[in-house]
Amino acid sequence: MAINATINNETTHLVSMANDIAVNLRLHADADERTTQHMKKFWTPRMRSLLLDYAQAGGSGLSTTLTAALKKLAKA
Amino acid sequence: MSEQHSSLHDLGTPPPRHTKEQVSLEINGQHLQVDTGTSVMRAAALAGISIPKLCATDSLDAFGSCRMCLVEIEGRKGMPASCTTLVEDGMVVKTQSDKLEKLRKNVLELYISDHPLECVSCPTNGDCELQDVASELGVKDSRYGLHGRNHQQATKDDSNPYFTFDPSMCIVCYRCVRACEDIQGTFALTVDGRGFESVVSAGQMESFMESECVSCGACVSSCPTTALEEKSVITQGLPETSTLTTCAYCGVGCAFNVETRSNGIEQEVVRMTPYKDGKANQGHACVKGRFAFGYATHKDRITKPMIRNSIDEAWREVSWPEAIDFTARRFRQIQAEYGRDSIGGITSSRCSNEETFLVQKLVRAGFGNNNVDTCARVCHSPTGYGLKTTLGESAGTQTFESVAKADVIMLIGANPTEAHPVFGSRLKRRLREGAKLIVVDPRKIELVNSPHIKAAHHLQLLPGSNVAFVNAMAHVIVCERLVDEKFILERCEIPAWQEWSDFVQGAENSPESTQMVTGILPEDLRAAARLFAEAGNAAIYYGLGVTEHSQGSTAVMGIANLAMATGNLGREGVGVNPLRGQNNVQGSCDMGSFPHEFPGYRHVSDPEVRALFEQEWNVELYSEPGLRIPNMFDAAIYGDFKGLYCQGEDIAQSDPNTHHVETALKALKCLVVQDLFLNETARFAHVFLPGSTFLEKNGTFTNGERRISMVRKVMPSKSGKEDWEITVDLANALGYPMKYSHPSEIMDEIARLTPTFSGVNYEKLDRLGSIQWPCNAEAPEGTPTMHVDQFVRGKGYFALTGFVPTSERSTRKFPLLLTTGRILSQYNVGAQTRRTKNTAWADQDLLEIHPVDAEDRGISSGDWVGIQSRAGDTVLRAVVTEKVKPGVVYTTFHFPLTGANIVTTENSDWATNCPEYKVTAVQATRVTQPSEWQQQQKTFNQQQLAYLAKARGSGN
Ligand code: SF4
Ligand code: SF4
Ligand code: SF4
Ligand code: FES
Repeated sequence: MAINATINNETTHLVSMANDIAVNLRLHADADERTTQHMKKFWTPRMRSLLLDYAQAGGSGLSTTLTAALKKLAKA
Repeated sequence: MSEQHSSLHDLGTPPPRHTKEQVSLEINGQHLQVDTGTSVMRAAALAGISIPKLCATDSLDAFGSCRMCLVEIEGRKGMPASCTTLVEDGMVVKTQSDKLEKLRKNVLELYISDHPLECVSCPTNGDCELQDVASELGVKDSRYGLHGRNHQQATKDDSNPYFTFDPSMCIVCYRCVRACEDIQGTFALTVDGRGFESVVSAGQMESFMESECVSCGACVSSCPTTALEEKSVITQGLPETSTLTTCAYCGVGCAFNVETRSNGIEQEVVRMTPYKDGKANQGHACVKGRFAFGYATHKDRITKPMIRNSIDEAWREVSWPEAIDFTARRFRQIQAEYGRDSIGGITSSRCSNEETFLVQKLVRAGFGNNNVDTCARVCHSPTGYGLKTTLGESAGTQTFESVAKADVIMLIGANPTEAHPVFGSRLKRRLREGAKLIVVDPRKIELVNSPHIKAAHHLQLLPGSNVAFVNAMAHVIVCERLVDEKFILERCEIPAWQEWSDFVQGAENSPESTQMVTGILPEDLRAAARLFAEAGNAAIYYGLGVTEHSQGSTAVMGIANLAMATGNLGREGVGVNPLRGQNNVQGSCDMGSFPHEFPGYRHVSDPEVRALFEQEWNVELYSEPGLRIPNMFDAAIYGDFKGLYCQGEDIAQSDPNTHHVETALKALKCLVVQDLFLNETARFAHVFLPGSTFLEKNGTFTNGERRISMVRKVMPSKSGKEDWEITVDLANALGYPMKYSHPSEIMDEIARLTPTFSGVNYEKLDRLGSIQWPCNAEAPEGTPTMHVDQFVRGKGYFALTGFVPTSERSTRKFPLLLTTGRILSQYNVGAQTRRTKNTAWADQDLLEIHPVDAEDRGISSGDWVGIQSRAGDTVLRAVVTEKVKPGVVYTTFHFPLTGANIVTTENSDWATNCPEYKVTAVQATRVTQPSEWQQQQKTFNQQQLAYLAKARGSGN
């Protein structure tokens, strides 16, 4: 049967979405701040906290900008 | 006096194009003043004097072939044709005299010798210009007998599903030929032979269906006799009533008169006639809007509410109160069990402004969260984000008419002759007048090379490289100092400009460096950039080929940057113009159907805005953004999202990665679908609420040029409720009171709450015909061109547009890039058009593949081809064509069983999560049978249809 390899759990998807945001804003000097703001503006609180929990639990695969952005998000 | 254009009356010739002065003349003793450039025929008609005519009509330039409209002009020899003679100051014209009458009768008798006046048995008896002229001149038959006939033996062409061509009724007036050339721009009709011997035919004596004809119907509208006739008029009879409304298909938003006739029981639509004074279409239309309305009465329409406890059960037809009560109870139970945020709503670009506004109000005020989204998520959400960020307003900047003033037109990822046909015709007209065209598209679309049109450049870029392309254009324009410095200094934020111009000048953005990614030859790109930047007026039109990418928002910002850098904003003939897919994409976005924004694009976290809505709606509103469609699916699979109210949108077919979507839908405890048909999504639903077609309700649509137009009810709703009433009932059942007695009251509320709509109301819409928002105290009649003296955001903002390659790239396993698009005869997921005779043009999705790739795989046209991506696989028939480059394959997504979205992935735009439909890495192989997924679909479908049959059996 055609197994669908792309059904990942939600957090994995959130990680890749957040990395995408960070990499697309990378040219700005305040890329981390912009990434934080973008997540605040467009993500539900639940999506943000799922990702924060993942990061705080030492989750892998987060870009440097994203890691910095998540620190700011945690404080906000 | 500037003349009033009347559409009731055919004035014979079009208004003059560039009028400055007026002249005085005398016609039949009447003194009048008209604009220079007006024909004598038109001047007379404006004064209420009608001159017999056959070849002239005011939708086409005068041609002067029939000699019916002769007049006498003092001081001139002979009798000139009034349609081709322009007024002059002091002219004295006589339209009636014995001599004129005799001549006209003579001419007419010649015509009649080839076209007997057997009017009584003619389907258009009473609606024929030849008959009118004959009765005006008192001619009943011809002294020439029927000897000279040479058209009488010709056979009727019935090939087109919507109209017939009967050469025996043709008077060779050339109107159809001119309509096809001037209005539609297809050049499908020709005239063979000369003078009285001549015959009109499609193509080179082909049938209409074999010819290049695209069935726009312009020729049918312009034909003065019954030679070209709607089949519906022949079978149903001439219409009796007419109602002005707006097309419910694409984002052009054409205005139509719906013409109906009673069949003894109810009103039936006989035909849709495009409205001459419609600002979006000026009397033109396409095969969808004009002819494809049969779905409204298709037997598949569901007209009674149905419910069931699980999707493995048969449907049960129930009363409206029972269905509404069932839904409300389930939603409340879910919220009690899983929390306030566990339900949401989706509205559609097919819904009216009023319907969309109510759905988001229901979610925000009734559900108490912001989990509302629209299908624009999957098409133009990057436009909203990108244009808001750079220019300050989430909308296109121009009118459609503006294209008539453009000198260079750059078309990126859009195919207007297929997807926005009436705009496509306007664009073609401008190109025939000499404007230059740059096509940026992976595929060789029609405009690259078609009759009398050849693009100056076709930059055939690889799917997924838009941003690299836009940056390379900017690189050339900035490095070669082709920018409009004055415009930038006056109108844009300077620090951002400097940062952006430093960035684009970087070597990595040069045409030479980006060639690797885009596949565009540097010299071609440089030439195109110069052409664009050095044009007087350069306009950019773009479509889903820009937005539906992992960097869709970046590409939109890059496009806005190009327009700002070259000063191409804020006047006619220029601008950034998103071509919207569906009829109300613009409107559904304007109406606050995105989860983070209230109507008018204001963020939910803004306390002032929230206070305004809280006061009007009398409820506390939530300040955090809600779930977008893809987030809803993720949350559903995760188990946090359980109930969905889905109005007018077929997410199971239109959203990417079908497996993922279906898994999510199956996880819902209550899925409510409001639609016309049991669509793909409804197969997973627990409640089905039957919707109404645009013929059965009142409301407004907003087209791609921000034009708000009325949709007017022509017949009662088959389900007994207009869609907005269903939302109202649902809100009331949930305990959030909504009271409206007419959609006009909903528009009044929208106007109270939305600054850009504050001047809009139904009375004004009736009076003005349509209004382009912003419409408020400063612009009481609307705003055709935006950003005229300054940008909505104040200073224009150059966003940085670094290129990030998509993760979806060709590999050894998936070596081809699949991209998707649309065709003329079908619309979106096809639910409507598949249920019309438009299937005569296309009855399945096809896979276009380049001869080289086809040969490698042993594929020939017509073979079944399996398409496999990392998300899934499907099977469709191949067309081997050079329209696509090697390495690229292309298909449409109009037919559910093809399931083009079974192979598209969950990749999406970084800023808006708009899916990356336009790039999927795939492999193609020749196969002999449908894919496993298709077989499963067939079984599942049959089962669901059986469940429906049970309901219908039980309910009646
Ligand atoms: S229907 Fe349109 S395309 Fe076809 S022949 Fe008539 S005008 Fe031309
Ligand atoms: S088909 Fe109609 S419009 Fe065309 S030439 Fe004949 S009479 Fe005129
Ligand atoms: S161009 Fe679009 S709006 Fe106009 S008739 Fe065709 S589908 Fe309808
Ligand atoms: S109407 Fe003027 S020549 Fe035909």
